[in-house]
Amino acid sequence: MSGLRFEIDGVEIAARDGQTIMEAADAAGVYIPRLCDHEGLRHQGGCRVCTVKCNGRSVAACTEPAPPDAVVENETPHINKMRRDLVEMLFHEGNHLCPICEASGNCELQAMAYRLDMTDPTRFPYLEPCRPVDASHPDIALDTNRCISCGRCIRASQDIDGKGIFGYVGRGIHRHVAVNGPDLAHTDATIDDVAVSADVCPVGCIIRKRVGFSRPIGERDSDHGLIGSNAKAKADD
Amino acid sequence: MTEPRKARVATASLAGCFGCHMAILDMDEHLIDLMQRVEIHRSPLTDIKSFRHRCDIGIIEGGCCNEENVHVLRDFRRNCDVLIALGQCAIMGGLPAMRNAVMHSDAPLRECLEEAYITGRDIRNVTHNIPNDPALPLLLDKVYPCSEVVEIDVQIPGCAPTGDVIFNALSKLLDGKFDGFERESIRFD
Repeated sequence: MSGLRFEIDGVEIAARDGQTIMEAADAAGVYIPRLCDHEGLRHQGGCRVCTVKCNGRSVAACTEPAPPDAVVENETPHINKMRRDLVEMLFHEGNHLCPICEASGNCELQAMAYRLDMTDPTRFPYLEPCRPVDASHPDIALDTNRCISCGRCIRASQDIDGKGIFGYVGRGIHRHVAVNGPDLAHTDATIDDVAVSADVCPVGCIIRKRVGFSRPIGERDSDHGLIGSNAKAKADD
Repeated sequence: MTEPRKARVATASLAGCFGCHMAILDMDEHLIDLMQRVEIHRSPLTDIKSFRHRCDIGIIEGGCCNEENVHVLRDFRRNCDVLIALGQCAIMGGLPAMRNAVMHSDAPLRECLEEAYITGRDIRNVTHNIPNDPALPLLLDKVYPCSEVVEIDVQIPGCAPTGDVIFNALSKLLDGKFDGFERESIRFD
């Protein structure tokens, strides 16, 4: 097996041929922030939160092949500022009302805002779109106000469940995730699908009915440290 | 030599639930430390209703849902050196902003009022009217975060922020050393 080495923020990382920067970083316990990427799903390179500088050039770490002998910058003030702006724009593009959301505390978008220190007064307008809620399915509800169009449910449904319940429709700013049918009840979605499992939707868009708010404050994901703070422990497992 | 004067703090609750003011009181014994350094001027806590002095710090809870909120917020901006948006409602509209986007509605404010006063189930409104007394402040078309109305200097996130987060932020501001929050302490809920 051939291998190569490169550097992330001064830490030498070993990578196998064909690995992406993010895969190699994960294996070495170095966390690169990400939203549209999820373990077990194919990479998309959509959200650009995982943007790193590879020999000075901005690339998406989840799709960029690990570069031999390259110098990769990950946690620099400049890159984190750009990531924070991206996350802030995601907040502003939908209706993300953390105080009323059942995903609050277990939400990757929110966790990314905490990690990236998104607390300064905003410079962007709130778009406040009017988006539908689909509660037609007996076990699953969709609150598309919270969708960030990461496409994780699309990839999980197509690649793992082999169903294709979700898909992108529209173009440009109008591009959004839709269900393959008039509503969710008229698809073959079931509560056992990987696409609707708790980890796939990074926000509170895909809701499993009757389990909301089951984890009390103090026991939720965000209560156990910043997102990515367990990267080293995960790599050691 | 005279003692340095205490910093003057003003607070107001706009379109909020007073939870953030409760969170200020939730500082518990830290309030004693804080009161060594500040005096509270215009505030619901003192019932002083207009500015008679310029204040060092203004604390705003809640966003703007009516014209009176805008008036008060601008008054605070004019009279306070540092203006703080306290809590999610002041920062991004919060719960009241749920009326800004009502599903399948072109006129969300009207739909919201009609449901609340006329068409909703279990409503006992003998006049069958939406309240329109001239004494009521005019509602705005939507709920605005404070930063869309005036310039905000500092935001303290949370719903409500904990007493410790508020105390630490105010202490650092009074020391002139505020440089954001510990990331582990940031909460939007």
